[in-house]
Amino acid sequence: MTTASLDTTGTTPDPGGARPGRRAGGGDHQGERHLRRRRRAWSYLAMSALAVVFLFPLVFMFVSSLKPDAQILGDVDSVRAFLPVGDISLDNYYGVFDRVPVRRFLLNSVLVTVLTVGLGLVVNSMAGFALARMRWKGRTLVLSLVIATLIVPFETIAVPMVYWVSKLPTIVLEGGIPKYDFGWLNTYEVQIVPFIANAFSIFLFTQYFSTIPTSLDEAARIDGAGWFTIYRRIVAPLAGPAFATVAILTFLPAWNQYLWPLMVVQQEELRPVMVGMQYFFQLNTAWGEVMAYTSLITLPVLVVFLSFQRAFVSSVAASGVKG
Amino acid sequence: MTTPTSAPATGAGAASHPLPPRRRGAGRARRHEGRSGLAMVLPALVLLVLFLVVPVMLAFGLSFTNARLISPNPPRFVGLDNFVRAFTADPVFLRSTVNTFVFALVVVPVQAGLGLLLAVLVNQKIRGVTAFRVIYFIPVVTSIVVVSILWKFMYQENGLVNSFIDTLTFGAWQGTAWLNDPSTALGAIIVLSIWQAVGFHMLIWLSGLQTIPEELYEAARMDGATPWQQFTNVTWPGLRSTMVFVLVTITIAALGLFVQVDVMTQGGPVNSTSTLVYHAVRKGYREMETGYGATISLIFFVLVLVIALVQRFLTRDKD
Repeated sequence: MTTASLDTTGTTPDPGGARPGRRAGGGDHQGERHLRRRRRAWSYLAMSALAVVFLFPLVFMFVSSLKPDAQILGDVDSVRAFLPVGDISLDNYYGVFDRVPVRRFLLNSVLVTVLTVGLGLVVNSMAGFALARMRWKGRTLVLSLVIATLIVPFETIAVPMVYWVSKLPTIVLEGGIPKYDFGWLNTYEVQIVPFIANAFSIFLFTQYFSTIPTSLDEAARIDGAGWFTIYRRIVAPLAGPAFATVAILTFLPAWNQYLWPLMVVQQEELRPVMVGMQYFFQLNTAWGEVMAYTSLITLPVLVVFLSFQRAFVSSVAASGVKG
Repeated sequence: MTTPTSAPATGAGAASHPLPPRRRGAGRARRHEGRSGLAMVLPALVLLVLFLVVPVMLAFGLSFTNARLISPNPPRFVGLDNFVRAFTADPVFLRSTVNTFVFALVVVPVQAGLGLLLAVLVNQKIRGVTAFRVIYFIPVVTSIVVVSILWKFMYQENGLVNSFIDTLTFGAWQGTAWLNDPSTALGAIIVLSIWQAVGFHMLIWLSGLQTIPEELYEAARMDGATPWQQFTNVTWPGLRSTMVFVLVTITIAALGLFVQVDVMTQGGPVNSTSTLVYHAVRKGYREMETGYGATISLIFFVLVLVIALVQRFLTRDKD
């Protein structure tokens, strides 16, 4: 398995740099070193220019979220658009909290994301275990089904799925009395349950579990352990990287979900942040507050990404190219 | 090499070989294993069937009916009416299809090419290169909803983009309100889409680059190969399967264009940014014509399927 390790340079000595052994070299070596140094300078220049291209909208967003509207529009013409100068305050943030129930939106998103990722880890790893390490009738059939579903993009089933969930049975409380009803629209479960099982997660778990020696299972079975115990006590603890990969790969889409909640959640107090954002954006054009809102929902993801940057990147790389 | 969409052959193989041979006479344990195996896969299986298999079958079934999202009447079978309507009586559908293809035709090569360029740039063993990789990846983790809103602001008549252009051309060239002009709106969405996702593909290319053994480069240098010759003779051939994966994932993602359109233009102006998925959601959900929306989704699915088959064909084992 190949992963794009991000820290190749932090730990290994710099092969482009001057090495004591080479320093005594002749003119050719010196020319070569000079060439290499020039090439490196150009690389830094190109990479820095690109860094500006990739960062400027986000810097602009964070900086603008601190400014009053008039100043945002006035600063657009100069480099001041990217500098926290002038009339800086947190007023826009207070404004956002006053105008819409952001706290509730954030809570909804956290709840939906945590449950989707958490339940997904349990359900998909169990399925991966059964598919990779156990013999049972229909195993190959289920495995083919799982792999076949990998090709279905969510956009294909979104419309029929709305129709489908609007017909599913559910239990609602009416004045404290549970009542049988139909329709999952405007619930939490409609935002979570359809995304727990994930064919790609099952596939990753199956792949990873089949690399762990099966002799471990045999030994545990001789000691009288059941299959669930083997899964929970032996295989799962050895599969940390697989769990991390699946958690990271399912966290982002769960937090960033947009199309689905847009269609199935109309009730304001059940909305996740992205859909709340869209409503907020449509009802008001105070750009400062819009920027404050977008900063507010971007910051948590950026913090998570930057702190787990290495795991993040290797997960994404592992999802794409494996050998 | 395994990619999600080319999984069938390798996936089944990888998963089935490690099962050890077992001695006969363990019949009871076997039966027990059969039951527990099914029990452990059951939760995932039930959920996949309920929320993937059933909706796919519904997409097929509903596209031959006049089903509506909320309606007192049960859906009625209408044969191929929806398909006929799409291809002969719905100019917005045709426009959306064209837009979707234009978007994909530009985004696929440009994004893949820029991603490779970035990957080569950050694949050097020089100090601080990690930080640049992280920076290029930041737009990928930023929600596309947030990104769309930001760029909508920048694309305004008096927005950042025009003030850049103004500064760069010393006022010689006046920009427009990019998203309000039918001739520039799709292009504007293309630019931001490439900007947002190129870091992801840089990473995939990068992990492909790192599978190429350093000795090959050393040998090439011994033979006096220039950097460009090293790229065309060592790097490029070594990236073949990565290339197929990158092209296919970008194509499928590009065909699914929705959020940017929904947040920035709602398909306008005059349908110049409407796409297949946007049109499917507009018809199937907002206008509640579930049957017709399912038809458009199905057409989209067939497109994706064809591309996946092409990928299987390109990554097949030649031996």
